[in-house]
Amino acid sequence: MLPRHKRFLGILVTLIGVTVAIALILSSFQDNLLYYVTPSEAIKKIDDDQSKFRIGGLVEVGSFKRKDGSLQSRFVLTDGIESVEVNYIGILPDLFREGQGIIVTGKFDKMKIFIASEVLAKHDENYMPPDIHALKEPTS
Amino acid sequence: MNLKKIYKYGSPPNFYRFVMKLEPWCLCLGLLMIAIGSIGGLFVAPKDYQMGDAFRIIYFHVPSAYLSMSAYAAMGISSIIGIVWRSNVAFAVAKSIAPFGALMTAVALITGMLWGKPMWGTAWVWDARLTSEFILLLLYLGYIALHATIKEQKRADRAASLLAILGIVNLPIIHYSVVWWNTLHQASTISKLDSPSIVGEMLWPLLLMIIGYMIFFVGVICRGGSAEVLMREKRSNWVKEV
Repeated sequence: MLPRHKRFLGILVTLIGVTVAIALILSSFQDNLLYYVTPSEAIKKIDDDQSKFRIGGLVEVGSFKRKDGSLQSRFVLTDGIESVEVNYIGILPDLFREGQGIIVTGKFDKMKIFIASEVLAKHDENYMPPDIHALKEPTS
Repeated sequence: MNLKKIYKYGSPPNFYRFVMKLEPWCLCLGLLMIAIGSIGGLFVAPKDYQMGDAFRIIYFHVPSAYLSMSAYAAMGISSIIGIVWRSNVAFAVAKSIAPFGALMTAVALITGMLWGKPMWGTAWVWDARLTSEFILLLLYLGYIALHATIKEQKRADRAASLLAILGIVNLPIIHYSVVWWNTLHQASTISKLDSPSIVGEMLWPLLLMIIGYMIFFVGVICRGGSAEVLMREKRSNWVKEV
């Protein structure tokens, strides 16, 4: 074996080793790497003694209510299977609207309502002008 | 026999002459494409149905994010070539990529934050995509710092290259972070080439920008790499001739 081959082999073995190590670390921290859980997963945690966590889902169409003259809003977050009622006081992001993907941070209160301290809008990867959007989804 | 041709460019004078010829073409063509892409993106492309004009930051965010990763891949590969073949030219190229790559990573992060603040409602979250891209910035800065700290050229090259090579592991993590984990960051728009999630009249300026950035980047590396080679070879005869 030439010295050059040895060096190449050394790099290859090191890279494979580091990749395996990092893959193991990442897979064991899988749960913590998830930025949010779905409403179905959140429902299971409802009775746990919780610290704050995040739920991501779609705002159910027709569920959004705002108390007049205040920043207090109420809406339902759903993943199509389960849904969670959310209460939030504060300014909503530009992309917040019904049917939109949203991530809320907070915890459940005794009434099983999710009290959010932060609401983030998740943008999807689709970009199109309004006329094409209207063609694709004539209902909205 | 094919390898021999490539080996030829491993010799500093040949490399120098080659990149000096290549550089102006890349810089001009790259700039031209970026100019057309910018005009197309900022003025010609239609507004987004949800975000209006705010979506136009994609024309700077996506190309710089792409480039931050491909520049790192280039830096990693030249580091491997440098170590395996003991090639001074490859080390010089790797070293000249680092500052530009760090700049692109910073641009990607900053444009993302500017967009995220109004759209998401926050400029920064520690989700998998944002965190791994931030680690990329740290890798670039680490490479630069490590190289600057070690005085002896050869040791500096080898140590910094090792860091660059190990950092390659981060690249697939950045790319697949939006697939493997739930993230706030959206999934890829144009990676699925068969059915991009963006309409044609919005897409062409973006592709032009990405390719323009890439070509411009090659030009910048020609410039940086040739300067670095001159510095390293300043005592040899061929440098005195140019």
